[in-house]
Amino acid sequence: MVRLRLRVDPIKCKAHGMCGELFPERIRMDDWGYPVIEPRALSDDVLEHARRAITDCPRAALWVEPVDEPGARVRPDDLD
Amino acid sequence: MSPPADAGTTQRLLPGRPVPEDLDAHLAGFGPRPILEPAAMIEALDQSGLRGRGGADFPTGVKWRAVTERSQGGGDAVVVANAAECEPASFKDRFLLTYRPHLVLDGLEHAAEAVGARRVIIYTTRSHNDIEAALRAAIRERRRRDDSDRFVEVLVGPNRYVAGEETALIARVSGHLAKPKVVPPRPFQSGVDGLPTLVQNVETLAHAALVARFGAAWFRSVGTQRSPGTALLTVSGAVRTPGVLEATCDTTVGAVVDRAGGVEGEPAAVLLGGYFGRWVSADRIWNHAIDADSLRSTGASLGTGVLVVAPTTSCGITETDRVLAYLAGQSAGQCGPCHVGLPAIAETFHKVATGRARPAALDLLARWSRDVRGRGACRHPDGAMLFLDSAMEVFAADLRRHLKQGECRYAAQPSLLPVPAIEAGWW
Repeated sequence: MVRLRLRVDPIKCKAHGMCGELFPERIRMDDWGYPVIEPRALSDDVLEHARRAITDCPRAALWVEPVDEPGARVRPDDLD
Repeated sequence: MSPPADAGTTQRLLPGRPVPEDLDAHLAGFGPRPILEPAAMIEALDQSGLRGRGGADFPTGVKWRAVTERSQGGGDAVVVANAAECEPASFKDRFLLTYRPHLVLDGLEHAAEAVGARRVIIYTTRSHNDIEAALRAAIRERRRRDDSDRFVEVLVGPNRYVAGEETALIARVSGHLAKPKVVPPRPFQSGVDGLPTLVQNVETLAHAALVARFGAAWFRSVGTQRSPGTALLTVSGAVRTPGVLEATCDTTVGAVVDRAGGVEGEPAAVLLGGYFGRWVSADRIWNHAIDADSLRSTGASLGTGVLVVAPTTSCGITETDRVLAYLAGQSAGQCGPCHVGLPAIAETFHKVATGRARPAALDLLARWSRDVRGRGACRHPDGAMLFLDSAMEVFAADLRRHLKQGECRYAAQPSLLPVPAIEAGWW
């Protein structure tokens, strides 16, 4: 099983705040409305929420990558 | 050719007399540049233990090899000598380029040969136009002498704090604004115009040129196991003769200050590494060598070689306040935690420094400092917060006094830490 983690592109992110609503288990908002993502690997039970946060981000700023392979993006459809 | 007489000691990069060396003087002193097989050159760098002098302290051999493997010797790589020197308190790169341009250009040619470069570039900053002119003159001199058809381009970027950061530099050289990018891809994977790219600080290139000539064992013959060789330092603040000097990495901070003429007054704290560096109290740091292992226990690192001595008659809070305001203004404006967070932090710190904040502001600063770290595309927020945290630690008592009573009597002293005028553009 590949260990995955959620990342945000801080340049794309414009603090819409959607991800914090959709994935509160792992994302909190800082005092300025930008997401702070827990760095630990995603467990199976939160993958569906991660997928929702990724696909609904208005800026398409979120992605999931293998912990050991930074930058290698996993397609949201492959998350379930 | 054996090393020049003065090259066995601590003066390796800097000439004995401050006279700019033309190509004849350079060749008379160092002999012709040897041609090394790429593998042999990179092996020599590995053996030498040379690390990058632009602030990151990354092993040079590892960096060159990553680009070489990516381009597979196909001549499709790009090499950029980084002479941006956007650190306001640092002058060592410009000093080196003024007096020994050909040593840097030798190192750049070694790098180009080792990684198989298609383009070879020196990147400097618009406000350093004397350096740009000196470089162009040195390159012309070499082309007249040499039948090599290698063309070294001189490109210029804005004088912005982050414009010398690798990905910002690559963006500028590729024809975009000089703003950092999200990594990966790292420069060795996809750099200038998408090609594998080596970006190397000019001091590092000069050391590499000496390793190529005199070997790894010679390079390691001074300094420490972890930080072999010499380093260029910019020493300023409360010292009698501020300026650029060269020291082996086993030299203590106190001895470096002595070589800069000694302290003027009583030292209170030292800023090490530049504006992404740390304040350390003088009595704690004084007998530590500037080598990375020795500094680690104090939390500091040599960074870009900046060393500023703050005397007891200066105000660390006011100095920090100014630099924080500068760093907040130097955000590229791309990442929220940086371009919204840093101004909020700088503003709150300013209120504390001028006695217009509630005590809870100190907790807020500590929390915000933790919060913005690691959340930009580049390390700008991380570096700025390292600087802030060290100030809050070293000047903790002063900070509480400012909070209660406002500015202290030293706040109006001339500033120790320079803050350049802000440039408007990003190209």
